[in-house]
Amino acid sequence: MEVNITINGSEHASDVEPRTLLVDHIRRTVGLTGTHVGCDTTSCGACTVLMDGKPVKACTVLAAQADGSEVTTVEGLKGADGLHPIQSAFTDDHGLQCGFCTPGMMLVGASLIAENTDPSDDEVRWAISGNLCRCTGYINIVKAIQTAAARVAESSNGS
Amino acid sequence: MFPSRFDLVVAQTVAEAVEAKVDAGEGGRFLAGGQSLIPMMKMRVAFPETLIDINRIAGLDAIERVNGHLQVGALVRHADVVASDATFGAVAAAAPWVADPLVRNRGTMCGSVAHCDPEGDWNSVLLATGADVVAQGPGGERSIPIADFVDGAFTSTLGEDELVVGLRIPVPSGRSGGSYLKLERKIGDYATVAVASHLELDDSGAIAAAGLALTSVNPINTKVADAEALLVGQQPSDELFAEAAEVAAAAAEPRDDVRGTAAWKRQVVRTYTKRGLAAAAQQAEGS
Repeated sequence: MEVNITINGSEHASDVEPRTLLVDHIRRTVGLTGTHVGCDTTSCGACTVLMDGKPVKACTVLAAQADGSEVTTVEGLKGADGLHPIQSAFTDDHGLQCGFCTPGMMLVGASLIAENTDPSDDEVRWAISGNLCRCTGYINIVKAIQTAAARVAESSNGS
Repeated sequence: MFPSRFDLVVAQTVAEAVEAKVDAGEGGRFLAGGQSLIPMMKMRVAFPETLIDINRIAGLDAIERVNGHLQVGALVRHADVVASDATFGAVAAAAPWVADPLVRNRGTMCGSVAHCDPEGDWNSVLLATGADVVAQGPGGERSIPIADFVDGAFTSTLGEDELVVGLRIPVPSGRSGGSYLKLERKIGDYATVAVASHLELDDSGAIAAAGLALTSVNPINTKVADAEALLVGQQPSDELFAEAAEVAAAAAEPRDDVRGTAAWKRQVVRTYTKRGLAAAAQQAEGS
């Protein structure tokens, strides 16, 4: 069946089997491999993408269900003027160890910051509670999300 | 992992969805948020021949108060329930504890209710608040009291060709309060034990109506009618709630498993019933 999904601003029309999962469509058909497959059982959040702005587990959405929607993957975070604040903060604060969970963590972080530029520890931990880091590097992940939030708040105050 | 092959029907109206289900027969399944069904299909526990996607149907995404009821449409996601200011008591208390934030963005309250997972949260809340499930089939719409709807593990009394189109949860007119206490090993895990409490008070402060239901300690979500009967007509007190907690603990038949021993889970039922009823009473007294 024909599906047309806008991924990171570009339209991708493809013929897919109804059983194709969104994460496989993104990785195999579109060729964006930043979205990871971890547990493949709706637990770990490595496959997180933003679907119409909201983080979802792409291993548990059919590509057909995303027809007509706008999807953002980790590749879509970077803007024309460089890295997204969440990406620079993860770099600066060492918010990653092996990096496997990082795309999901950053997308959830970016979506949190879009609504709250001063999240508490609890608010950040609540937001990332559907994403697992097997390196258990949560301290720096929380810190990085808060750094990014503070930078976004600062730049919007300054402008 | 990926599901076995199926035909996908994207329904635009409820009538179209029901018609597609009639055509598909036993091999047909409805798809809303898919947060239980898609994993089951990937593990080949479920292998529908026809999947009827209801996500495009207009008008099913409202959560609102209508004629003294909280009405929840079939496409209201758990996250919408968390964000809604139309909710109350146990409904509001349970919403943030369903699954995890990402699953809540996709999964629907009605889908979870229809799924009848005995470890699911919502059916306990509906049993405590006395809600109705609204179903539409080829013959029209009907309301099914939740106690008649939940039939067994993953089994409801929904007709073969019926679609759950909404829920109707009565909103108490007087002072009321509710809670949902859930013990889970980590966010997103099933409840080890959870207790839904609902209390309504009359003008004298006595309990006019009570609802109590348990999650994960029986083969199905369990309404503890004996405890409810014991509470009605009494003034709220710690002693009364301790009595109700004994009845609730006796109604629980938990099993030893990876989440804990049966004896310990029964003790958690006892403690959470006491705490949950006290929280509900406190909320009601302050309302």
